[in-house]
Amino acid sequence: MGIKFSEDHEWVELKGDDQVVIGITDFAQEQLGDLVYVELPEVGDECSRGENISVIESVKAASDLVAPVSGTIIEVNSRLEDEPELVTEDSMGEGWFIKVKLSNTSELDDLMDESAYNSFIEE
Amino acid sequence: MLTTSMYQMHLDAGAKMVPFAGYEMPVSYPLGIKKEHLHTRNNAGLFDVSHMGQIRLSGEGAKAALESLVPVDIIDLPLMKLRYALFTNKDGGVMDDLMVTNLGDDSLFLVVNAACKEADFEHLLNNIGVECKVEFLENLALLALQGPKAHEVLAEIAPSTSEMTFMTAKQLVINGIDCFITRSGYTGEDGFEISLPAKHAQKLAQLLHSHDEVEWVGLGARDSLRLEAGLSLYGHELDNDHSPVESSLNWALSKVRRTGGEREGNYLGDNIIMNHLNEGSESKIVGLQPEGRMPVRDGALIEDELGNEAGQVTSGGFGPSINRPIAIARIKKNYIENQSKLFALVRDKKIAVEIVKLPFIKQNYYRG
Repeated sequence: MGIKFSEDHEWVELKGDDQVVIGITDFAQEQLGDLVYVELPEVGDECSRGENISVIESVKAASDLVAPVSGTIIEVNSRLEDEPELVTEDSMGEGWFIKVKLSNTSELDDLMDESAYNSFIEE
Repeated sequence: MLTTSMYQMHLDAGAKMVPFAGYEMPVSYPLGIKKEHLHTRNNAGLFDVSHMGQIRLSGEGAKAALESLVPVDIIDLPLMKLRYALFTNKDGGVMDDLMVTNLGDDSLFLVVNAACKEADFEHLLNNIGVECKVEFLENLALLALQGPKAHEVLAEIAPSTSEMTFMTAKQLVINGIDCFITRSGYTGEDGFEISLPAKHAQKLAQLLHSHDEVEWVGLGARDSLRLEAGLSLYGHELDNDHSPVESSLNWALSKVRRTGGEREGNYLGDNIIMNHLNEGSESKIVGLQPEGRMPVRDGALIEDELGNEAGQVTSGGFGPSINRPIAIARIKKNYIENQSKLFALVRDKKIAVEIVKLPFIKQNYYRG
C-alpha cells in the first residue's frame, strides 16, 4: 500500500502485515516552523485513533500529534528528544515519530493516498 | 483587518501573516522564527512595527500633564532623550507601557502598544486633553532595525546616527525622507526605531533590506527576542490587575515621583503603588529556567513540592540564542524569598524550574 496520509497531516507507512511507522508530513512541518521539543509516548502504550499521543513544540506553540490509527506503540524515535530538528530536516525519513502495531488494520482504509492528500492540502 | 503600509513587501518576502491587534502582521518569513531570531542577535533584523501607536503631546502644560498619568519623571526628561513609562490606573495597575521622547518646544512623542492604542488615546484625551494638545499620528509607519550590525547599516545612509547613544533621539532626513530616529528597541540588542511618513516606508525599508546583513524579522522572533532579553510584554507581565512593583518594574518608577521625592505621587493609583514600593508586594515577576528541554508556556501553574500554588508563567517558550526553554513568571514573594523548590505543571507533568535573574542573555545596548 505504500504510504498513507491522515487529515491531521501525518504519514503512515505499512511495514509487514500489521505494523506502521508514523510521522508528520512536510506540509505539517512547514506550518509548525522550527521544532524545539518533541514529547513522545512510552513504548508499550496503547493508542486509539483520534487520541493525542505526542506533543510537538515549535518556538511559538505546542501542537498535538493525533493517533491516525489504533494499536500498541512498539518503538519511538528517541533521537527526536535531543534532535527535534530531524523532523524539520527529514520529516518523511529520519524524523519519524513512532512505530505502532495495529489493532485494527481496516483503519488504514480510511486514510488518504498521496494524490488525495495533495489535493486535501491544496484546499 | 488593517494592514501597514509595508503589507505588500511582507507578502513579496513570503511572510506568514497572522491577525495581531486588529492588523494582519508578519509572524515569520521563510527564514523561520529561529533563524530570524539568531540573525537579529548576530547581524541585523528589520521589523515592521507600524501597528504600534504614535502620539504627540504638545503645549506648555504637556510634560506636567503627562506626569499625572505616569509614575515617571517627564518634566526633567532631557531634550531628545527617551524614557520608559507606564500608564497606571486608579487601582495601581498598568494600562499600558510606552516610550516617551522629549522633542523640545514643549512637545513629547509617545509610542504605545498596538492593542492598547485606542484606549491610550482616549485616556490621554479624557484626562489631559484640556492641558495639552493630544494628536494621534495616523500617517506614520515605524520600522525597527535591531542587532549588532544595525548601526553599521544605518550609518551608511545616515552617518550621524553612529554618534547616538541608547535611549536618545534624532530628527534626520534620509534620502529625502523625514525620519525620527531613536536608538532603542525591544530585543535586548543595540538598534534603532525609525518613525517616518507611511507613504515613504516601503522605500526606506527597501533601502535597509538591500544590505546583506539585513533580514526581515516577524513578530514570532520579536517575542522570543524580548523574552530572552527579559523585557515585559503588556498582557503578559503587565496588566490592569498588577502594580508596576508586582511586575518587577521598580526601576521604571522615577525617584522624584516616589515617597519623599520632589514631585511624589499625583498619578493614578499613586498610593497603592508607593505602598507596594515601600512595603513590598505579595508577588514579583521573575525569570524561570525549566529543567530539561520541554518548553513551559504562558499560563502554566507553578507549585511547590507539596502542591501549593506559588504562581503562574506569564511568558514562556524557547530561547533560540541559549538553545533551551525559558520562562518569566509571577511568583508569590514567600516562595522567592524561601528559595522554594518549584515546579511548572505542563500536561500532567511536573517540570522542575529554578528562579533565575533576568535577562537570559546579555543586553547589548550602545551607551557610548
